[in-house]
Amino acid sequence: MNAIEVRNVSRVYQKYSVRHRFQTFKSALLRGDFFKSLQSDELVTALDQVSLKVAQGTTFGVIGENGSGKSTLLKIVAGIAKPTEGTVKVQGKVAALIELGAGFHPEISGRENVFINGIMLGLSKREISQKFEEIVRFAELEEFIDAPVKTYSSGMYMRLGFSIAINVNPDVLLIDEVLAVGDASFVPKCLDRIDDFRRRKKTILFVSHDLPTVEKICDRVAWLKGGRVQALGEPKRVIDRYLQDVADKKEAEFKKRHQDVDLEHIPTEEGRREARWGKREVEIKHVTLKTLRGEARHVFAPEEGMVVEMEVEARERVKDFVFGIGIFNSQGISCYGTNTQQEEYRPRSLEGRGRVVCRIARLNLINGTYYLDVAVHKADGTPYDYHRNLYTFLVSSLHKDVGISRLPHRWRFSPKIRILPARQRR
Amino acid sequence: MLKLFKNLKELFRYRVLIRTLVSRELKARYRGTVLGFLWSFINPFLLMTIYTVVFGFILNPRDPAFNKNPILYALFLFCGILPWSWFTSSSIESANILMIQGNLIKKVLFPAEVLPVVVVTSNFIHFLFGLPILLAAKTLIVLLVPQAPGFSAYLALLPLVMFVQFVFSLGFGFLISSLTVHFRDIKDILTNLLTFWFFATPIIYPMTFPTIQKSHLFRTFLSLNPMTHIMQGYQNTIYYGTMIPWKRLGVTFLAGCLLLLLGYTVFDRLRDSFPEEV
Repeated sequence: MNAIEVRNVSRVYQKYSVRHRFQTFKSALLRGDFFKSLQSDELVTALDQVSLKVAQGTTFGVIGENGSGKSTLLKIVAGIAKPTEGTVKVQGKVAALIELGAGFHPEISGRENVFINGIMLGLSKREISQKFEEIVRFAELEEFIDAPVKTYSSGMYMRLGFSIAINVNPDVLLIDEVLAVGDASFVPKCLDRIDDFRRRKKTILFVSHDLPTVEKICDRVAWLKGGRVQALGEPKRVIDRYLQDVADKKEAEFKKRHQDVDLEHIPTEEGRREARWGKREVEIKHVTLKTLRGEARHVFAPEEGMVVEMEVEARERVKDFVFGIGIFNSQGISCYGTNTQQEEYRPRSLEGRGRVVCRIARLNLINGTYYLDVAVHKADGTPYDYHRNLYTFLVSSLHKDVGISRLPHRWRFSPKIRILPARQRR
Repeated sequence: MLKLFKNLKELFRYRVLIRTLVSRELKARYRGTVLGFLWSFINPFLLMTIYTVVFGFILNPRDPAFNKNPILYALFLFCGILPWSWFTSSSIESANILMIQGNLIKKVLFPAEVLPVVVVTSNFIHFLFGLPILLAAKTLIVLLVPQAPGFSAYLALLPLVMFVQFVFSLGFGFLISSLTVHFRDIKDILTNLLTFWFFATPIIYPMTFPTIQKSHLFRTFLSLNPMTHIMQGYQNTIYYGTMIPWKRLGVTFLAGCLLLLLGYTVFDRLRDSFPEEV
């Protein structure tokens, strides 16, 4: 049985023109277009013919970029917004965690707010009294429950809101990115609660940017792009397609921003990251970053390799030359650097045009933006042509590890240590 | 019409929510003030004092009903100002309520029509707080001033008058609250309108005032104002101890029902735009 059925739902928002923004009651009356002025000329389609079914007892994830229509979808399922077209059917009691503590009144105590909020969410006074202890305990607010809510920190506010909403005990739970504000100890607690929900065969619609969590807890995932369902199905597959799309987009953006570096006009102000120096007896004419398969690229996964290709030209024959590369992260920390001298290549001669290729089999870097130095210089360090931070690339990954490099590793535990591997999808 | 009744029934379903929100409103309003709910009496009292000084002492009340006695005039004023402040504060708060509670409308599945009801009701309860003080003042004056009109059984009709005002205020509240979402300047228009309306209603002057009685134009104009009859309802039952103008009040009640119908219809038509606009 389906707990949620969304059929061909479209939602069109009216985009009010600037003229309307300053439209006043008086002018509407004077011009006599009172009701007409409530209509708008420009429309924005937030959802476009979206259909999806969520089977009872399953957890369904919705991913997508900002503005792809995720929240609108959730609001329509919750009944807060109405679809312009199409139908939505939801079986059972719904609780929406869209904004926690939305109905709190700052002047009155947490205790009173629990009651009022509970009633707004559809509980009776008796039910709230029964669950009151549990709500307060879960929110860890025993000491502050009688203080006015305006004195709460934003974390306390959110904890109380979450605690009330989850204790409504709905059949269908809608979650919109609310866990993003919790602290390190509260978020796992919330996730535990959500897990508990799943075990009790309740239905969850989960909207999030936190892809690892989505992959962990969801049975099925839909990817929304520009208000349309782009992919729907098994989490890993959908998330991979989404990530590919994000990477492609990043790549395109990168290309736009870092179109071929204009080597003749490097800005030279003080404090700039980029620089070029050297007398250019040997000149680096062009540098390209490529994948191992040879496509030019700027965004890489840590597992991927990278090829740095330099085209060089010597004005005259030289016998003393060293090629080098260096990779720096955005904090300016050197992640890796090497040159042909350190690796004991023995230069013999260089004349005219040539190509130098450095092939990195596997990047093994963590998430982030990196800057590349390339240089050709004499053995004593006198530069011919030094390109400082002129080239940029991005490493994008799902891993949350920290540091500089993602060292290839594996965990192993002796039998006495009881520890479970990362949560697998059922 | 059928739909309206269905919707009103729906409203009844939310009564627990309304009750809770009203009590929240009342608790929150004077939280942190020293005088607390006494403010709901002090405000109309101060207003009354000002009018008593200006119109009672400086410009002597010429109406025969007061026997040139400023104290009696003050009591008469109080009978009108107390319910009038219920009406004004309901209207002004209604104009803002959807924006103030925008979070509820945008982020929670929340029946928006509850909000104007909560506003009118919580202000009604404020009015009720002031009522015993008005009656106490009346008792005191009856004991001290020999010419003062005494109590009468017509006082029992007071709830009827309040009911008419409630319906009227609610209709006005629905209309104002939903329209303000689209036209923010209603807030400013409203403040001016209410000042004008105050003077266009027999609150600081009685209908029996010679100038009004002599002018046909004035009388017609005042009779067209629904608040005139509501205020007279209060003045008759409390001050004069006479019968309410039941025919006119009945018509006012019908007008109030029509306004409620209109207000709710407009509210209902604009409802779907609230989540985007507030």
